[in-house]
Amino acid sequence: MTTSIWITLLNIFGVLIVTVLLAAILTWGERRLLGFWQDRPGPNRVGPFGTMQVMADMIKLFFKEDFIPRFADIPVFVLAPTVVMATMLIAFGVVPMSPNIGVADLNIGLLFVLAMSSIAVYSIILGGYASNNKYALLGGLRAAAQTVSYEVFMGLSLMGVVMMSGSFNLRDIVNAQAELWFIVPQFLGFFVFFIAGIAESRRTPFDLPEAEHELTAGFHTEYSGMKFGMFFVGEYLAVILIAALITTLFLGGWHGPWLPPIIWFCLKTALLVAIFILLRASLPRPRYDQLMKFGWKVMLPLSLANLLATAGVLLWTA
Amino acid sequence: MNFIFYITAAIAVAATTMVIFHRNAVHALLYLVTSLLAIAVIFYQFGAPLAAALEVIIYAGAIMVLIIFVIMMLNQGDSTVVQEQAWLQPRTWIGPALLSALLLVQLILLVSNGQISSTQTFHYIGPKQVGIALFSHYVLAVELASMLLLAGLVGAFHLARRKKINPGESSNAN
Repeated sequence: MTTSIWITLLNIFGVLIVTVLLAAILTWGERRLLGFWQDRPGPNRVGPFGTMQVMADMIKLFFKEDFIPRFADIPVFVLAPTVVMATMLIAFGVVPMSPNIGVADLNIGLLFVLAMSSIAVYSIILGGYASNNKYALLGGLRAAAQTVSYEVFMGLSLMGVVMMSGSFNLRDIVNAQAELWFIVPQFLGFFVFFIAGIAESRRTPFDLPEAEHELTAGFHTEYSGMKFGMFFVGEYLAVILIAALITTLFLGGWHGPWLPPIIWFCLKTALLVAIFILLRASLPRPRYDQLMKFGWKVMLPLSLANLLATAGVLLWTA
Repeated sequence: MNFIFYITAAIAVAATTMVIFHRNAVHALLYLVTSLLAIAVIFYQFGAPLAAALEVIIYAGAIMVLIIFVIMMLNQGDSTVVQEQAWLQPRTWIGPALLSALLLVQLILLVSNGQISSTQTFHYIGPKQVGIALFSHYVLAVELASMLLLAGLVGAFHLARRKKINPGESSNAN
């Protein structure tokens, strides 16, 4: 038992440190990739290929004045950025990264991740409310409506996977994909989850809560210093989490030939993160009513049809 | 195990008390969210993980978000804090407080008499058992709830529908 405690601790801190570091590095990686796809260099001055840009940004953020406006609701203003970081990091706890790596083996792992992502919304809403600023408030309102709507399809699109594997446990779901990845029989589910995932992590094309040409910076207009940094890193954590979840649920998790499991997991996740960034580089932002209309009139029927078809096929073959 | 339960229960009680006594609506709602999370932990601890997850996803994650949404839309500011202060006079809350204190005394007496046997013999209820129970024994309740939701949906559709514009006054209607 004594050795297993050390392994658990190693697991916990390993996952924690790696995810936070990855999210920090992604702030540089995203800008480099965006530059590459948009025919411009991106940050390339600090260190070799600009790799030290992350350090430079961090030093800058730490030394900036951490300004709290006097008209803000101060306790809520301070609480808001911590929520997104905390919930995203906790959610990583149930994602199985390889047969041996993964913090908790929760029997309702999938629901747990959904619950954490629905708690993470509070960060944006409270940030928007507590800033006491009309742009921030509008951003917060948009975020509330957008995330509550897209959460519905996000949950529904996953039920096909749950039905096929017969479990909410993420490890069981990965094991059920040993022969065939769920992206093949559950392509509609994958499609809906992918789009809902972008909307949940509020990335371009769905970044209307912080649309800079209409709302200055949306919900984080009043934030500066490390509080802004936490929102920023929280967003990248959400991106990595969604990519890791898609890998786990639809792309067979750690399954793959030749390479060790953890490498496969990281490769698939990195590929998905790159696709997220490519979408940001190439797609424009829709109008807000178009976003909501698309959600309720396209995504909801699609996910319901997927649910019905999956259930029908399973009952037919059972 | 018991230790965790008592801590969580204390958090839930304290948070709920703060919900009642706090003057700022958003702060009170935050305490309510805390209280819901604490109750979810208790559910999980007593072998009902699905109930715990749904408590967080639906109550804390969706319903509370909608309530905060409405409060933000109304955005009444500091005037409501003064109003709340005026409402918290002793004569408005002393009656309900006394009645619920009586209920609390009854509950304590029941528990201390050992009428309710120890809860140590709980068993685990997973998602599958919940589903089986819902669609066999409680299927009527599920159907009734779905009809109620459908009625709500139709009502919302009717309220939100755009009014038909008369051809005569279409010039100023928008």
